[in-house]
Amino acid sequence: MVTRILRFLAVTAALGLAPRLTAQVVAGDLFPALSAAALGGGPLPATAGKVTLVDFWASWCAPCKASFPAYSRLQTDFRARGLVVVAVSVDESAPAYAAFVAKLKPAFATVHDARHLLVAQVQVPTMPTSYLVDRSGRVRFLHPGFHGDATERELRAEVEILLAEQAPAP
Amino acid sequence: MRRRSRAFAAALAVAALLLGAGCAGPAVRVRPWERGQLADAAMDPGRDPLGSALTEHVYFSREAASGGRGVGGSGCGCN
Repeated sequence: MVTRILRFLAVTAALGLAPRLTAQVVAGDLFPALSAAALGGGPLPATAGKVTLVDFWASWCAPCKASFPAYSRLQTDFRARGLVVVAVSVDESAPAYAAFVAKLKPAFATVHDARHLLVAQVQVPTMPTSYLVDRSGRVRFLHPGFHGDATERELRAEVEILLAEQAPAP
Repeated sequence: MRRRSRAFAAALAVAALLLGAGCAGPAVRVRPWERGQLADAAMDPGRDPLGSALTEHVYFSREAASGGRGVGGSGCGCN
């Protein structure tokens, strides 16, 4: 009986602690491989050796909608120099994802993390959150939330810094 | 026998500590990316201003307690 109670307590405690064992991705960490996350929705652009802006968004998130034109401008302005913007939707509904993309017509790649595999691995702190990843695949800057022009200005300055860095030797 | 009961007490204390640690997380366990349903317009109690106004009117007329919910009045229930 006592053993049963102890076993029950141990299992309950383990279940309570389990969600916290997945660490949040922060600046300095390697960003998880996008190709391994079973993403749907659209083709995944090549990101190897490029500066990548990974944005987590959802159709039900108002700041996400406000961020799309800014990311489109960033993609258009820096594409030739090696910036790739990938917007990862965490929508549970595929039609909601498709309708949002069709309406906003972004100038960057959008993919759908329908099973929440990537977002759970990254543990985004809020919606939206964007990660600026350098040419070696390491997160250098992180932007929780989108704050209009201020975020766009910061991103532009950070993208300039990362684009100026050399690609790592193969 | 005494040693056994001490070991049991220690084990129970460790289990209680672990259990406490497991329960001491944030009260809200819904992750930021799982809030699609919560963000739905249907989840907003004030989505229908006319309906809200009617409900408020019925409430304060019935309860004769106008003013308790941010509505001006004396509580006579006559408005």
